[in-house]
Amino acid sequence: MTLESAARPLRPRGLWSDAFGRLVRTPAAAVALGALVIMLLFCFVGPFLSPYSGGEINVRIATHVPTMDHPLGTDEYGRDVMTRLMLAGRISLTVGIASMLLSLILGAVLGIVAGYFRGAADAIIMRVADLLMSIPGLPLLIVLAAILSEMKVAPDQRIYVVMVMLSIIGWPSIARLVRGQVLSLREEMYMRATDVLGLSTWSRQFHHLLPNVMPLLIVVATLSTASGILSESALSFLGLGVVPPNASWGNMISAANSLIDFQRHWWLWLPPGIALFITIAAINVLGDRLRDIFDPRMAR
Amino acid sequence: MLLLLVGVSLIVFALFALMPGDYYSSNRQLTPARLAELRELRGLDQPVMVRYLTWLGNAVQGDFGFSLVYNRPVTEVIAPLIWNSFLVAFASFVLTWIIASVTGVLAATKQYSWFDRFVTVMLFASLSIPSFFLGLLLIKFFAVDLQWLPAGSMLDTASTSTGIARVLEIARHMVLPVAILTFLGAGSLTRYFRSGMLEQLRADFVRTARAKGLSERAVVFSHALRNALLPAITLLAFELPALFSGAIITEQIFNWPGIGRIQLESVQTRDYDVVMTITIFLAVLTIVGSFLADVLYAIADPRVRLVNRSRTS
Repeated sequence: MTLESAARPLRPRGLWSDAFGRLVRTPAAAVALGALVIMLLFCFVGPFLSPYSGGEINVRIATHVPTMDHPLGTDEYGRDVMTRLMLAGRISLTVGIASMLLSLILGAVLGIVAGYFRGAADAIIMRVADLLMSIPGLPLLIVLAAILSEMKVAPDQRIYVVMVMLSIIGWPSIARLVRGQVLSLREEMYMRATDVLGLSTWSRQFHHLLPNVMPLLIVVATLSTASGILSESALSFLGLGVVPPNASWGNMISAANSLIDFQRHWWLWLPPGIALFITIAAINVLGDRLRDIFDPRMAR
Repeated sequence: MLLLLVGVSLIVFALFALMPGDYYSSNRQLTPARLAELRELRGLDQPVMVRYLTWLGNAVQGDFGFSLVYNRPVTEVIAPLIWNSFLVAFASFVLTWIIASVTGVLAATKQYSWFDRFVTVMLFASLSIPSFFLGLLLIKFFAVDLQWLPAGSMLDTASTSTGIARVLEIARHMVLPVAILTFLGAGSLTRYFRSGMLEQLRADFVRTARAKGLSERAVVFSHALRNALLPAITLLAFELPALFSGAIITEQIFNWPGIGRIQLESVQTRDYDVVMTITIFLAVLTIVGSFLADVLYAIADPRVRLVNRSRTS
């Protein structure tokens, strides 16, 4: 066996498995990934293991300090805070991920179209993006949320509306990034080759450009999930996002708006805040590491 | 730019027109006849387009409408609040830039040292913690448990202090909000300085400077730092809207009488002229800010021409 063949890996590794390998070899990123997996299990599997998953109201033990039966105490209706934390996490994470997917799809498609066709399509799409980006985000969200409150949207549907709202705010920056990338990629040799081969516009855009924008999109996706969760929690904290009876981490923290709960009943608002912080921090660490992996020029 | 402004105002106006209610319809004591009369008085019965043009015409002349809750012109209501917000924003702006530039540069010169690691951890904490949660934690700790600082508002209840005492009183109330805004703002800025500095330290001219036998101090501070600071000038311009916009959530938590809080309050009381004006005001600042950033960048870095603005922004 020659030295050369020993040095070479047995099977050439693809971009994705290589990236994953490098990701888990970084201690911080591995910890972050672990924390995220645990958080996802906690929120999506946890409620099935909890004896209180029905959200039973038991006024006799209302706002009780943490005990063995209720590790995080109970809220003002005697519901188990731990279970509620899991259910709230489900909603918060779902809203974050769904709004990320939505804005990613919108942003990627519009960005590719704008960068590929240039001309009028580009002008229109980018002007709309500029427009949305020049209205400050949170005020715009508040105004949109206020309209929803006025329209008396049912609490269950509000969750979906919050997702849509967040993606309306989210897509312009993604579209701008993707467009920039596409503008440089379309000059590459392989894109010229697809032209020579006479491939359809659709195929050129989504089979040849899209995969090459993918690494960028993965990075943007993680970071935009984090900001989606953050915005949702802020809105819900202000009472404008997900509203009771649905729990989200943000509206659980708004228990702190009541002075007594804030001063004496820490278990009502501290755990959701910590869960929120851990989740967002883990996503940010992952996103940062992914960016280093996919874009070596940015490496620290 | 002007077109962008008109577009923004049109969107915002249309959004408010979409709302099914107005200030008067939340008052149940009004008879339908009186309701119609009041609406006619305020021109609320007219079609949206007409109302928009009227509003635009007035706005150009500096008349942004009338706050129905405060019963005064909007500009009069907002003007003092802007300065309250500016006070907090400016204090935290100065602190943020000092802290971020110093820690960012130091962390970059000692990459992978303990200090650098600590900075990196703090940086992620700052990027990840929700502002309202941090605010609550600090209030709980410093105001409720330790009782060192006031929990909110700008002055003590029924305060009669004047002169120096009043200044100190406001300063004491400012500590927590400013601390939060500084911590949150310093995160991304430190990261910016750190990565900018790292990039410069690896550049060829730095190697040349070192090879020339310059002291490490001179290399870092007069060669690398200068180039690392250059792009930061554009960030200064982007900060413009943030200085006046008032931090909605922080002001809400600390009960600070600023632009952010009245915005939220006016949405709830349906005082739409006020919200409209603030939103437009912020949009103007954002647009002017990003324009300034482009211009400053072109001045600071002659390699960039204004033509490439889509790439730089």
